[in-house]
Amino acid sequence: MSEPSKDGALVVVDGVEKVFHRGSEDIQVLKDLHLKVPAGEFLALMGPSGSGKSTLLNLIGGLDRPTRGTVSIAGENVDRLSDRLLAAWRARHIGFVFQLYNLLPVLTAERNVELPLLLTHLSKAERREHVAAALEMVGLSQRAHHYPRQLSGGEQQRVGIARGIVTDPTLLLCDEPTGDLDRKAGDEVLNLLQALNREQGKTIIMVTHDPHASARASRTVYLNKGQLTNEQQA
Amino acid sequence: MKFWHLIWSDLRRKKTRTVLTLLSIVVAFVLFGFLSAIKQALTGGVVLEGANRLIVRHKVSIIQMLPQSYQQRMERIPGVAAATHQTWFGGIYQDPKNFFMQNPVIPEEFLDMHPEMVLAADQKQAWLKTRTGAVVGRKTAERFKWKVGDKVPIQSSIWSQKSGSFMWEFDIVGIYDGRDKNTDTTPLFFRYDYFDEARRGGKGLVGWYTIRVTDPARAADVAKLVDAEFENSSAETKTEPEGAFVQAWAQQIGDIALITASILGAVFFTILLVTGNTISQSVRERTGELGVLKAIGFTNTQVLGLVLAESCLVAVLGGIVGLSVAWLLTSRGDPTGGLLPLYFFPVHDVLIGVALSVALGLVTGFFPALQAMRLRVAEALRRI
Repeated sequence: MSEPSKDGALVVVDGVEKVFHRGSEDIQVLKDLHLKVPAGEFLALMGPSGSGKSTLLNLIGGLDRPTRGTVSIAGENVDRLSDRLLAAWRARHIGFVFQLYNLLPVLTAERNVELPLLLTHLSKAERREHVAAALEMVGLSQRAHHYPRQLSGGEQQRVGIARGIVTDPTLLLCDEPTGDLDRKAGDEVLNLLQALNREQGKTIIMVTHDPHASARASRTVYLNKGQLTNEQQA
Repeated sequence: MKFWHLIWSDLRRKKTRTVLTLLSIVVAFVLFGFLSAIKQALTGGVVLEGANRLIVRHKVSIIQMLPQSYQQRMERIPGVAAATHQTWFGGIYQDPKNFFMQNPVIPEEFLDMHPEMVLAADQKQAWLKTRTGAVVGRKTAERFKWKVGDKVPIQSSIWSQKSGSFMWEFDIVGIYDGRDKNTDTTPLFFRYDYFDEARRGGKGLVGWYTIRVTDPARAADVAKLVDAEFENSSAETKTEPEGAFVQAWAQQIGDIALITASILGAVFFTILLVTGNTISQSVRERTGELGVLKAIGFTNTQVLGLVLAESCLVAVLGGIVGLSVAWLLTSRGDPTGGLLPLYFFPVHDVLIGVALSVALGLVTGFFPALQAMRLRVAEALRRI
C-alpha cells in the first residue's frame, strides 16, 4: 500500500467532476471538487438532498468513477484501477457502513461480519477470531448467532460497523449511519464511531444531514450543488 | 468451500419457492428415469449377444409361417454357422394379464444358439429326456412360484391339439438364468417335437429362424444370401439383425426413441423455464445485496460464480433425488406384469441424467449470473 501524500493527506480528491447521463440529459452532480482528508481524521460531509454527498462518498470508496479529476487514497489513484483490482482494493482498504445497515438477512450477525474476511486468505479459525474481536468491539458478542430480524435497528447498525472494521481497513466510509435510528440508538452508533477514531486512529468519512451527528466529527465540510461551500472545525 | 454457507443460505431465503422448484426438477428426473427404463425395455434387449445373430422371418409379416425344411438349406449357405427355429405359441396362463412368451424349440440347438441363457447341466439333460418338458426363466418362475417338477397348464390362443383342446400341459424340468443384465428371463421354452406331433394344424411350419453367422462383419452379406436362397418361393424371407428385429417390433407401437426424446424434451424445456425464472427472480430480489457484496470487495466473477453455484446446487440436488427415486422405483421390475421383461434404468442413462442436471443448472443460471455480474455497484446500492 502506498503512503499518504507528502502533506499527510490520506484521501486526496483533486478536481473531481461527476456527470450522470439519463437518456439525453446530463446531470452534473459534482463540480471541480477538491478535498483532502488527513489520516486519522473524522470528517463529516453535510449538505441538502441532492448535493452530491453520497456520490462523493462512492467515488472515494471506489464504487464509482469520476467523469473528470482524480481520487487517490494513500497515494494510489483508485479511479484508474480496473474493476477487478478495484474490488480487491476495496476489500483491503475500505469499510462501508450503510444507512439501512444492508446486512444479509439469511446470515447470522457472525456470518455477516465474516463476509469481508471470505475474500482474504485467513483460515476458518482466524476468521472466527477476527469476527469475535469485531463483535466484542461493538458490544454484540452475545448476539453473534442472531439473525438481523432478531436485532434492533441500532444493533443491526453496530453489526454493520463490525463488518466495516473487521478487516482493519484504511478508511471507514459511513453513509448516513444514524439516518434510520432513533436518538438513543444513533448516539450509541456515534459513540462507537468516535471511539474508533479517537482510540484506534481510524480515518472516518461520514455523510450526514444531521447536525447532531456532525458535531461528533473533528471537521465538517458542506456540499451544495456539487461544490464544497464551507468548512467547520470541531 | 468457504462460500458454501452463503450459497446454501440464499437457497433458504424463500423456502417454499426453493422447495417447489426442487420438486419440479425431481419430477422431471423421475420421468427421465421411467422413460429410460421403458425405452430400454422396448429397444435394448438382445444387443450384446445379437451381434452375431440374425433373424429370418417371412418377408410379408412375422405372423406368416416358414417351412421347417428351410433349416437345412440355411445351414448350407456360406457364412451361416448354425440355424434354429422358434414359433409363437400365444399361450395364456390362468389369466390373459399373466403374459409371458412361450415358444417351442429344439432344445440342444436352441441352448447352443443362446449361450446367454444359463441352464444347469442336469436340468438340460432332464429336458432332453422329457418330451413334455419345459424350461422357464427365473423371473417367470418366481412370479408364479413355479419349481422344477411342477405341471403347468397353458391355454394357447392359436394352437389346438389333435383332440381339439387348446389346453397344453408342460412339466417344468428346469429354470434358467440370464448371463447378462439385459437377458430376458421371462419366456418359457418347450420341445418342438412334442408341439409338432400334438398340434392339429400347421405341421412342419415354424415362426422364424435364428441363425448364427461365422463372421459378424459379414452379417449383411449373409443376410442377402439367405434372402436370395428363398427368393421367388412361396415363403420369401426377410433376414435382419436381432436388434433390428426387436426394434421393429417396438416400432409397431411407435418410434419409441423419438417419442421418449420428445416427451423428455418438452419436460426439460418447461423445467428450464421454471428454474430459470426462479433464479432470475431471486437475483432481481437481491440486487441490493449483490451490490453490498460488490461494495465489500467481491469481484464480478465471484458474484457470477455465486449465482451459478446456486442454480447448479438446486438443479443437481433435484436431479440426484429424482434419479434416485427413479432408480428405486424401476428396480422393482416390470410394472406391466410381463410385457416389458427388460425393464430397468440403465447405468449409462443414470450418468446422462447427472450430466443433464449439471447442464440444467448452468443453463438456467447463466443469464441471471451474467445479470448479477454486470450490476454497477453504485446503482445496485440505490435499489435497496
